[in-house]
Amino acid sequence: MADAPTLRVENLKTYFFTRAGVVKAVDDVSFTVERGRILGLVGESGSGKTVTGFSILGLVDPPGRIVGGRILFKGVDLLGLPPEAMRSYRGARIAMIFQDPMMTLNPVLRIETQMIEAVLAHEAVDRETARQRARDALGQVGIPSPDERLRAYPHQFSGGMRQRVAIAIALINRPDLIIADEPTTALDVTIQGQILYEVQKLCRERDTALIWITHDLAVVAGLADTVCVMYAGKIVERGPVDAVLTRPLHPYTIGLIGSVPSRNRRGKPLQQIPGMAPSLIDLGPGCAFRNRCPRADAACGGEIAPIAPEEGREVRCIHTTPADAA
Amino acid sequence: MSLGFDPARESPADAAPPRRPPPLIALTHVSRNFVQPRGLADRLAGLFSGAPAELRVRAVADVSFHVEEGEVVGLVGESGCGKSTLGRIVAGLLPPSAGRVFFRGEDVSALRESRRREVALAVQMIFQDPAASLNPRMRVSEIIGEAPRVHGLVPRSEIPAYVDEMLRRVGLDPAMKRRYPHQFSGGQRQRIGIARALAVRPQFLVCDEAVASLDVSIQAQILNLFMRLREELKLTYLFISHDLGVVEHLSDRVLVMYLGRIVEEARTEELFARPNHPYTQALLKEVPRIEAGRRLYRGIGGEIPSPLNPPSGCHFHPRCPWAMPVCRVEAPPLIEIAPGHRSACHLNTTPATV
Repeated sequence: MADAPTLRVENLKTYFFTRAGVVKAVDDVSFTVERGRILGLVGESGSGKTVTGFSILGLVDPPGRIVGGRILFKGVDLLGLPPEAMRSYRGARIAMIFQDPMMTLNPVLRIETQMIEAVLAHEAVDRETARQRARDALGQVGIPSPDERLRAYPHQFSGGMRQRVAIAIALINRPDLIIADEPTTALDVTIQGQILYEVQKLCRERDTALIWITHDLAVVAGLADTVCVMYAGKIVERGPVDAVLTRPLHPYTIGLIGSVPSRNRRGKPLQQIPGMAPSLIDLGPGCAFRNRCPRADAACGGEIAPIAPEEGREVRCIHTTPADAA
Repeated sequence: MSLGFDPARESPADAAPPRRPPPLIALTHVSRNFVQPRGLADRLAGLFSGAPAELRVRAVADVSFHVEEGEVVGLVGESGCGKSTLGRIVAGLLPPSAGRVFFRGEDVSALRESRRREVALAVQMIFQDPAASLNPRMRVSEIIGEAPRVHGLVPRSEIPAYVDEMLRRVGLDPAMKRRYPHQFSGGQRQRIGIARALAVRPQFLVCDEAVASLDVSIQAQILNLFMRLREELKLTYLFISHDLGVVEHLSDRVLVMYLGRIVEEARTEELFARPNHPYTQALLKEVPRIEAGRRLYRGIGGEIPSPLNPPSGCHFHPRCPWAMPVCRVEAPPLIEIAPGHRSACHLNTTPATV
């Protein structure tokens, strides 16, 4: 299976069966991440990007359920695995970094205890080796004097340092895939720069594949190889970062890029997408963006299949050029 | 010289009458300390070790600046730099520990009660978290209508029509005024917060991270609303944000804060084209931008120091690539390096010796 990509998600569907109706949080999502590559998964709140990450790790809780599709990790379908087998992947070969590092860290245990535990859960090594590895991992994410810091508790770290510890824990078992969910959103710009630097270095040196989930197009622009733009549970546009950001095809991507302040003339009104994201409850067929879209017409109410306008790109829209607009 | 009134040098009390009308808001040498008394255990330990009996944070240290009528001034800085505290002082929600705040040339602390109330209404604040700043048990009509009713700005009988007008002004349907805050999305809630502030007919708005919690597409809508209101109502803004892109887009002039001090001040184009302070330079370099394309990140070395125990001298020296011995000892003053461009860095006063 040497040639299989690190991760291939095919037609993933994760639905939440609530009393109010069925929420199609992830609806027919497909993408691939190769070794050492960074995929940016971009979307606004409620677009399904986090649920996509949770689905890959098998962390979707009821009333949510994966109702269709395949998640192939190095050729193995994770959805077919029994829970014990999945556990041996989670945290070892696939790791996750959350937005809030305190979700990862136990406030009443020393960093050392938590890191050693993460090693021993997956490997039969002695404590000293595990401790050694914890120290190396802290060093790798740029934490000074890792020996002392191992003895500290999470509250003794600043926000940026805590996020580094969380990243170190994700790295400690040398995973093949890391899913990072808005890991720098809560951090200051200067600290974000440090974390992005460490992450880039890691993917280069270790050939780790990375999925970077974010709402911030600008971060993705500097970091990722490929980008997937999600809207209302679907990937509406996918392709190489440079191509998508310089020549976006989907009206939503165009609107999103247009509404970033630095893209607009100073002091001039920003381009804005009118309206707001639709409720996902019992969302009917057709393009979910059509009520906010300047190019929408009657045809947008039908089933929209993704098209591939050029090599390596995919877009879920039938009006990819303005001339198409009726 | 375009700087005009400089409150630091020309405080209204001792200077000749200013040639032009005084700025809308001026702060002179404003500081704000927060003091936390130590707990019993720490105090007992302190008896033996001689540690101080209280923890003291200097959130804002000797800050002077002014905002002219009709201007939008951006205030940027990272978490813990004191920008929110400064915003609250400007909005009159926190008294300064030292220094004075002037509204149209009048010292706010020395005003008579009736005038003080007028000034308080003239300066309003928009908060970061619209969910936390709206009373969940009040209907929108009450949230917006309460202040103008209490202050007698609008006759009681005209309140409903007034509330409708406010809602329309911020782009909300007046039909929704019977609803409660939880029935709105984040962007709509922020609009309600803005309508509430506008209802008392302010002249000056302090926006503290007003778009930080919103999605990009919604953020653009709210920023456009701010710009439209500025035109329609001749509003003046202090726009506090950690997002340099937002500040660049909106502001005429920018103040950069680091650990309680203003380290640089300039007109927006000037600041982004020719940042002078090493902190500003590093900050601008770290901002991810869509145009930049794929690149390697670097990050400013080091952590943001704790405001409880700030570094000596220039607060930025432990992270500064050009730190000199003097930076460790002496805090550099904020001096004018070009017309309207002030910066607090020893490099500006050190003769070039290379």
